[in-house]
Parts: sequence; structure tokens; C-alpha cells
Amino acid sequence: MIGALLRRDLGRLFPFAGSGAALPLLFFLAVAMLYPFAVGPDPSLLAKTGGGVVWIAALLAAILPLDRLVQEDIDLGMFDQLKLRGASEEWVMAVRLLAHWLSFGPLLVLATFPAAALLNLEGETLRLLLIGLLAGTPGLAAIGLMIAALTASLRAGAALSGLLLIPLALPILIFGAGALARGDIASLGFAGAISLALVAMTPFAAGAAIRAAREG
Amino acid sequence: MTLSLSANDLACRRGDRVLFRGLSLALGPGDVCHVTGANGIGKTSLLRILGGLLAPFAGTVSVEGSMALLDERLALDPDMPLGKALGFWARIDGVEPATLESSCGRLSLGDLLEVPVRYLSTGQRKRAALARLLGQQTPIWLLDEPLSGLDQPSQALVAQLVAEHSAAGGISVVASHQELAVEGRIYFALAEFVA
Repeated sequence: MIGALLRRDLGRLFPFAGSGAALPLLFFLAVAMLYPFAVGPDPSLLAKTGGGVVWIAALLAAILPLDRLVQEDIDLGMFDQLKLRGASEEWVMAVRLLAHWLSFGPLLVLATFPAAALLNLEGETLRLLLIGLLAGTPGLAAIGLMIAALTASLRAGAALSGLLLIPLALPILIFGAGALARGDIASLGFAGAISLALVAMTPFAAGAAIRAAREG
Repeated sequence: MTLSLSANDLACRRGDRVLFRGLSLALGPGDVCHVTGANGIGKTSLLRILGGLLAPFAGTVSVEGSMALLDERLALDPDMPLGKALGFWARIDGVEPATLESSCGRLSLGDLLEVPVRYLSTGQRKRAALARLLGQQTPIWLLDEPLSGLDQPSQALVAQLVAEHSAAGGISVVASHQELAVEGRIYFALAEFVA
């Protein structure tokens, strides 16, 4: 059952699979491309701030497909049908978290190379950025899924998503993007730990949110 | 364990309104229960409570056997061709492709398997959901308005499917306004339990 679920989720979320699914990746590259035009082509300024921009672009790429993550399947009655087959909401959400991360995480890490070229990032900074993104993107995926599930049954969900995002995303950004400014690999360990905690928490929070949405 | 579906002293609350209370029900192998009542009386809620999707306000439900639900929500991806969308559930339910093919043939869906689900008409959608239900091969069926949107021959087919399910020892709970032409069905008027 898990294999079939993962196949379906990936089929819906993976870039080039369907309408708008490639958007996060294009968005990420567009930010990296446009940033030098916005702040000017000063190489030292770009090298100093470019890593942070990549992090923000990664965060936004993780929450772009929010409306496709949970809402559509609630409307379709997917979760009800899976529940009747004995699949707990937690399992379904754990599989979806994996699919969500696979749909943008690895590609984003790859897209960091062209982005780094555009932003004049190299050597140690690029290394910290890549390790940081590997450690942090699962957490960003978890934040995206949690927010999507919590706001799925609300009418003003989109507005609330933005508000929920800020406190949840702060810790990963502080330690993940902060490592670039300090040139300090140790704080990536913290980013990874926060990321893991979010990954562990999300299936339960999102599962509970789906059950609550049924009662609504 | 013998197959059974029973509810004891159920009450259902939606928002600040209690829809029904004191509802008890006991069904065994071969039973077909036709739940009747006006719009908004709580037929769908009753089915969802029986299916474990909604917590009852009071009372208990006990079930021996696995359940399948057919309601107005298709649970088939609108952008996918029908065949692939049904194939997802076939993989989940472990249905052989041949079995899926024969139930699609029976529901006259054979020519529609390449058509994306969103292009299907109301009646075709209902028949697609029935194909998913047949594939599930569960002994307890919860059918919410299975006849709505269907033409006469398809309605007769649904009645026949329910009759066959009953003859094979399965339980069906059907909420519908329309007459379900099945021998020996038990009527269950929800109006008697309105709070």
C-alpha cells in the first residue's frame, strides 16, 4: 500500500508531472537569476548575501505547492477511502512528506550549482550552502506539509499560512543560513536537528489536522 | 467472527444541532438496510459514523468486517485517465487487472478507461465509483445516494449488485431517496430518531 501511495503522490507532485508542479524549481532559479539585477553586480556583496537568498528561495519553493498537498485530496475524499482501508492518517502524511521532499529537495540541491554561479558563491560558502540545504530542506518540506494540513479546512487558509510559516521557519533559517555568515559548520548540525524534529512531528500534526477537518 | 454491523444508542451532532438520537441498529450477513429520510436529516452523517469517519456525539458502533464507502466524492484523480485512477485503488486493494476489467465491463466503463476523470458525466462518475467499490471486495457496503445521477438501466444494475452482494452474505447500508429494487430490504426511517 505504501508503494502505491508514494507512486501516486510523486506522480502528482514531481516536476513536469502535471500542471504547475515544476513551478518551485523555476521559481528558485528565477530568484537566483533576478537577485543580481536587483542589488547590483558587486561580486563581494553577492558572495556575502547570495547564500541567504538561496535559502529564502528554497523556503518559498517548499511552500509553493501548498494548495496541492492536502486540500485537493480532502475534497476528493481520498483520506476517507484510505482510512476505510485501515491506513492511518499519520502513515498517509508520512508518505506524502517523503514525496513532497523528493519533489523539490534533491532538484533544489542540484539547482544550487547554477544559482551559485550566478551569485558568485564558491569554495567553503558553496559547501556550507549545499550541506545546509540537504539538512534543512526536509524540515522545510515538513513545515509546508504541516501548514497545508492545518489550513486545508479553513476558508482564509492562505492568509493564515503566511503567519504560521514565520515562527516555524525561523529556527531552520537562523541555523542553516546563519552558518554561512559565520562560516561555521557546527550550526548546520542544529539546523539538521530542528529539521529532523519537524519531520518527526509533521505526520502526527498533519494527521490530526485531517481528522479535525472531517468533523468540520 | 461472524460479519456484523451494529450501532447502540447513537446520537449525532453537527455544529450546535443534534440531528438524531437514540438510534440503534443491528445488521448481520445478507442484510440490506435502506435508510430513508428528508434532506439534511443526517443520512450521510449516519453512514460516516458507521464507517468510523465521524465520531458519534453519543453511543457506540461495533463492526466485524471491513467496510467500503461510496459517496458523492469520487476519490479518483480528476486529471488522470479513468483506467489509471482506478488502477491506483486496484493496487491498494490488491485487485487483479482481470477483475478490474470485468467489473468495468459490467458497469459499461470499458470505452471510457482512456478518458480523464474530469470529463466524465455525472452518471459515468457514479459508475466509476461503483467500479472502485466492487474492486475493494469488502463484506460491508455503505452506499450514500448510489442511485443519484444514474439512468434507469444503471439504477437496475445497482439494485442487482446490492442483491448479489446480499446473496453472497454481505451487508449493505443504503441511504437513498430513490426506490431500491432489492428483495427483502429493511427500511430504516431516520425521521423516527430526530432529536
